[in-house]
Amino acid sequence: MSSATALSWFARHELRLAWREWFAMMTGGRRKRTRAAIIGLICFAALLHLPAWAVIGRFADLRLPLDKSTLIVISATIFLAWTLMLSQAIESVTRVFYARADLDLIMSSPATLANLFSVRIAAIALSVTAIAVLFSTPFIDVLVIGGGARWLAAFGVVVAMGLSAAAIAIAVTILLFRLIGPARTRLIAQILAAIIGAGFVIALQVAAIMSYGTLSRFTILTSGTVAAHAPDIDSIWWGPARAVMGDSEALLLLLALALVLLGSVMAMFSHRFADTAIDAAPYGIPGSRRAKERPFRTGSRQQALRRKEFSLLWRDPWLISQTLMQLLYLVPPALLLWRNFADSSAALTLITPVIVMAAGQLAGGLAWLTISGEDAPDLVATAPLTPSGVIRAKIEVVLIAITVIFCPLVAALAFASPYQAAVSAAAIIVSAASATAIQLWFRVQARRSQFRRRQTSSRLATFAEAFSSIGWAASAALLLALPIAGLICGLITASLVAITWKFSPRREP
Amino acid sequence: MTEFAAVRFTVPKHLRVMVASDAKPDGVAVMKPDSSALEVKGLTKRFDRLAVDSLDLTIHAGEFYALVGPNGAGKTTTLRMVAGLLRPDGGAVSIFGIDALQSPVAAKQVMAWVSDEPMIYDKLTPLEYLEFVAGLWGIAPSVSQPVAQDLLESLGLAPHRHERCEGFSKGMRQKVALAGALVHDPRLIILDEPLTGLDAVSARHVKGLLGMRVRAGCTVIMTTHILEVAERMADRIGVIASGRLVAEGTLTELRQQNGHADTSLEDLFIALVTLPEAA
Ligand SMILES: Nc1ncnc2c1ncn2[C@@H]1O[C@H](COP(=O)(O)OP(=O)(O)OP(=O)(O)O)[C@@H](O)[C@H]1O
Ligand SMILES: [Mg+2]
Repeated sequence: MSSATALSWFARHELRLAWREWFAMMTGGRRKRTRAAIIGLICFAALLHLPAWAVIGRFADLRLPLDKSTLIVISATIFLAWTLMLSQAIESVTRVFYARADLDLIMSSPATLANLFSVRIAAIALSVTAIAVLFSTPFIDVLVIGGGARWLAAFGVVVAMGLSAAAIAIAVTILLFRLIGPARTRLIAQILAAIIGAGFVIALQVAAIMSYGTLSRFTILTSGTVAAHAPDIDSIWWGPARAVMGDSEALLLLLALALVLLGSVMAMFSHRFADTAIDAAPYGIPGSRRAKERPFRTGSRQQALRRKEFSLLWRDPWLISQTLMQLLYLVPPALLLWRNFADSSAALTLITPVIVMAAGQLAGGLAWLTISGEDAPDLVATAPLTPSGVIRAKIEVVLIAITVIFCPLVAALAFASPYQAAVSAAAIIVSAASATAIQLWFRVQARRSQFRRRQTSSRLATFAEAFSSIGWAASAALLLALPIAGLICGLITASLVAITWKFSPRREP
Repeated sequence: MTEFAAVRFTVPKHLRVMVASDAKPDGVAVMKPDSSALEVKGLTKRFDRLAVDSLDLTIHAGEFYALVGPNGAGKTTTLRMVAGLLRPDGGAVSIFGIDALQSPVAAKQVMAWVSDEPMIYDKLTPLEYLEFVAGLWGIAPSVSQPVAQDLLESLGLAPHRHERCEGFSKGMRQKVALAGALVHDPRLIILDEPLTGLDAVSARHVKGLLGMRVRAGCTVIMTTHILEVAERMADRIGVIASGRLVAEGTLTELRQQNGHADTSLEDLFIALVTLPEAA
């Protein structure tokens, strides 16, 4: 086999793997669901056009040349989308490093590794770009329908964004490897992905709050202060914005830049990719974490179980990055709270749904980790405890963790408005309890490391969990503004949870 | 038992104390004086097909019992039902006179289960794992801590006792799981293929540990595909095929029943397990 045919064969192999991973995520690994998944996807894509219309439909008539504040808004939107892509790309690069089980096979093959890894880098870039194109299609569709074919250029910009995001993600991940080693890179990369994904939005919100006291993202961008600091209208910095609007020169330049970036990353890193992958492949942490010698602790059997769950949660990188994310999202409302401390502004009400929603989401994740993600089910099942005792201890862990995380927030809220604090606290408890109950009804036996794929095991549970936390958040917010509506919303959410229970699989006693 | 005659193990002091002061679980029928460690009657389990077919099995206290049989014979299924991991479709399981289906918690208190796939927690160190297991069985820390240290020492895990298990090899994980089974000093130890994946030295250590437990009065049941192990270590051997016990007894008895005095266990095994299929 010549090296060129070997490469094209490997490229096909890579693309097939990427496709299957994605496909398995959509169908939950069941072939029979293929048609349902395709129909669902088409419906979802069609549905996405509605919010897309609402958000950017009014921009369809825009034409070059643009004034400065429009340029700022468009560039900021592009940058926001790009950071989201970067966050996604970092995720998929770490996944390729740590999760693909074929490294042994590839390493032991007589092919030139640098070439193979160039192909793999290109495949990562391609799949990141493909997903970006997929998600931007509804938005660009809306623009094309409303403003004409010139908006098709936006696809080119999306491709350039995807390629450059993938290139930078690969470079960042490999540099992290070199700097802090494979063990910590996994955690840091996850946290980095989360922070990059959320950071830009949050930074804008914080800035907006600090200067205007509102939560709107665009206020600050259209303000005079930013315009004064921004570069001139014909500066190169507005290239992406102009390319979106159909400036073909800018678009070509952008695409060329992205390809050069990707090419140089491939040239610089493809031979390092092999070492990096070898480092990452065998284990997570090779004996680097050492605990201190301490005496065994006394306590009941349930206590032993709770202690184990807490240690495992504490050592869980997913959980830490998730909690960090939730806390980041809480920064803007907290700032709002701090600024409006004295006056009972309506904006203050906004905090309650955010907190309640976060509590539901976090409780769902925690409950999955403790109840389903038991790595030694045989051990716990053969221990002299009743099954209900085991479940009770695990539920207690979830509720204690939620209490510890959200108590300070509710306490701070109580200073501003005791009534709102009481409503929030109640809603947090109900929301966390619902999410935990749903995870309990739909529990499966899984390995903790499968956490990222937990949605595929039961779609119903995933949707029910999301709807219940949204429902309770809305109920709490409405209860503060319009009590009767809040009650109705609460009843609807409760019956939703009850219906979910009806649909949950029966188990032997 | 030839191997243990050669390898001289001494029972450590704390073990003798623990065996002597073995507390009876609360509110459970007292065991009969001549009781068997495990009595299985008419045990049945059906998945798509019958996996275990009204199996009867009696294992005496203080006995080392090996269960052998071809792949898919129902060994694991039988032992999982005994350990309370799987609900039988029919039959009775009694452990030291305790009805395991009626009072599972009391039965679990006196036994340990080691699965063929070592399942431990990646984010805990071996010592933390043993602390957790001892806590689950309600063993006082003053008793369990020295036992845990000893076990890790004798299994060669002492240098790694403060490292998280995520970097451990399969054999090391197996040893941690085994130590977990021994740390609460069970009276009945059930092991599903405990020796796969272990190197020769570790396998010798494990066999030594198990033999030592048996001599301290403990009962051991294990499945194995290594017939030599069954031949050398077990007091009695049970051969299971298609969910039924096709032969049982000491090696000599098996030979007497099915051949000549010099037949190897391997030949016996092949003769026994091919018999029901031919019939
Ligand atoms: N969870 C299950 N669902 C369906 N069938 C099962 C399940 N577990 C076991 N079986 C079936 O029961 C039969 C006995 O399996 P078992 O695992 O007990 O065999 P085994 O004697 O332990 O074999 P091996 O030596 O390969 O470990 C097999 O036919 C198997 O296919
Ligand atoms: Mg088996």
